[in-house]
Amino acid sequence: MTGASEPLLGVSGVWKSFDEHPVLRGIDLDVALHEVVVLIGASGSGKSTLLRCINGLEPVDAGRIMLDGSVDVTAPSVDLDQVRRRVGIVFQSYNLFPHMTVLDNVMLAPRKVNRTDGGRARDEAITLLERFGLAAKAGEYPDRLSGGQAQRVAIVRALAMQPELMLFDEITSALDPLLVGEVLDAVRELKHGGLTIVMATHEMGFAREVADRVCYLHDGIVLEQGPPEQIFNDPREQATRDFLARVLV
Amino acid sequence: MTTTRPAPGTPIAYRDPERQALARRAARRNALVGMASLVAFVVVVSFLVSRTPGWPAVQETFFSAEQFTESLPGLLEAFLLNIKIFLIAEPLILVFSLVIALTRTLRAPIFLPLRVVATIYVDVFRGIPTILVIFLLGFGMPALRLQGVPSDPVFWGTTALILSYSAYVAEVFRAGIGSVHPSQRMAARSLGLSVWQTNRYVVLPQAVRNVVPPLLNDFISLQKDTALVSVLGPIEVLRQAQIDASSTFNYTPYVAAAVIFIALTIPMTRFADWVQARMARRQRAGGVA
Ligand SMILES: Nc1ncnc2c1ncn2[C@@H]1O[C@H](COP(=O)(O)OP(=O)(O)OP(=O)(O)O)[C@@H](O)[C@H]1O
Ligand SMILES: [Mg+2]
Repeated sequence: MTGASEPLLGVSGVWKSFDEHPVLRGIDLDVALHEVVVLIGASGSGKSTLLRCINGLEPVDAGRIMLDGSVDVTAPSVDLDQVRRRVGIVFQSYNLFPHMTVLDNVMLAPRKVNRTDGGRARDEAITLLERFGLAAKAGEYPDRLSGGQAQRVAIVRALAMQPELMLFDEITSALDPLLVGEVLDAVRELKHGGLTIVMATHEMGFAREVADRVCYLHDGIVLEQGPPEQIFNDPREQATRDFLARVLV
Repeated sequence: MTTTRPAPGTPIAYRDPERQALARRAARRNALVGMASLVAFVVVVSFLVSRTPGWPAVQETFFSAEQFTESLPGLLEAFLLNIKIFLIAEPLILVFSLVIALTRTLRAPIFLPLRVVATIYVDVFRGIPTILVIFLLGFGMPALRLQGVPSDPVFWGTTALILSYSAYVAEVFRAGIGSVHPSQRMAARSLGLSVWQTNRYVVLPQAVRNVVPPLLNDFISLQKDTALVSVLGPIEVLRQAQIDASSTFNYTPYVAAAVIFIALTIPMTRFADWVQARMARRQRAGGVA
């Protein structure tokens, strides 16, 4: 087996229950390098749970999650710190560190985890902040930022570790509608840069625009997946049609 | 009615001078009323106290100016020992209690023995009155006559204070650690930080910040409790006051010792208030450190 033919992310047969309540019931999902995959599904369908499993924040009950076809995230012996260096995640609640400036938030992991020296970490952080229009905020503390700025800082913080795969869990859901646009712009910019992304979202318009592939999660499995035009215009499954009828007013 | 509009080029902040004058007058009046009522209160209370039949005897026994000036220098000198005990105990308590608090947050099964020991330690030492710990160590340890075990009462008294206070302060730290939202830990771990790095750079700085006021409170308490070491015999301020009082049958030295403690704890208390107010303000303002 060579790495080139393997998907960057290979999820197969993943099961996960919380207190006997099954949330994921055999999820299969392959994501190729540079691909943007959008997860849609009703609230409680397990989108967040799946993303957290991929990052090793939640242990799975069964199945495999492979990176590059070589590292098994679910193996008992796996070095999760190593996995998390390769897989970034951004949450709905930005979770910035409130006692550090924006710049320190961004530099913390590169300096402490990758042992990048201070000067270089700073230069790289500033470059990233500039790229997302945040250079002026480098010295601010998180509670002085708007929601949109805070979420963009959270994205930059995850990017600073140069992940190969980025997970976004409803990163616009906590935002004032006026601020959603700037965060979506940041995601467009990342797609443009060729980053591989798996994201859960309720923004159907954005999903349609940015996704290479849309996956509909239902009853703990990927019930239907395909290019956005097919999923949104011509869904095959009745459940997908019902879901879309509810969310696309 | 028209509102006054600032002319172009005037500063943005504009305050009506008439309103400001009114506010200043009100503030002056409030200060005057407060002062007057305080003076009246003091006058009435002192008058009533000095008219009680027992007052002359009380004054002579507790507030003798002559006894006060006579015993003060010796008391101050003895107080140096209290300060020394405090200065040695405080940093050790901080370090020790932080280690205990962190130990209690370790979740990996391999650390179970450490966690159990830390939990038992806190349970035991929070349960025993400090003075009892001082008795046990101060009289008990030297009685063992073990090679290399010091018999100095100050050493054992200080050790007892450290052991007793660390149990309390560890709980303060633990509460602080618990007050940091779990999502902070999750965010740090998802960036690849190890458990230790997450504690060191993300959880502890926030935890400590949250518990500064109760910590200062415990240290004010420790300043006073240095006097408990007197039960072992070393001449600190309370012991000195006891000696003075028993030789003259006058209790003024005790009052003098109390004054010395107050002189030290009041600034510390004001400092704690100030820190607390500053932190509350910063939280409201959305803080810049
Ligand atoms: N830590 C947990 N403990 C217990 N139950 C959980 C836990 N996390 C998630 N669940 C449950 O798992 C189910 C799926 O949750 P999940 O957050 O993955 O859904 P979601 O698709 O992300 O929903 P939403 O669109 O509302 O974010 C829900 O029923 C939820 O209550
Ligand atoms: Mg979710």
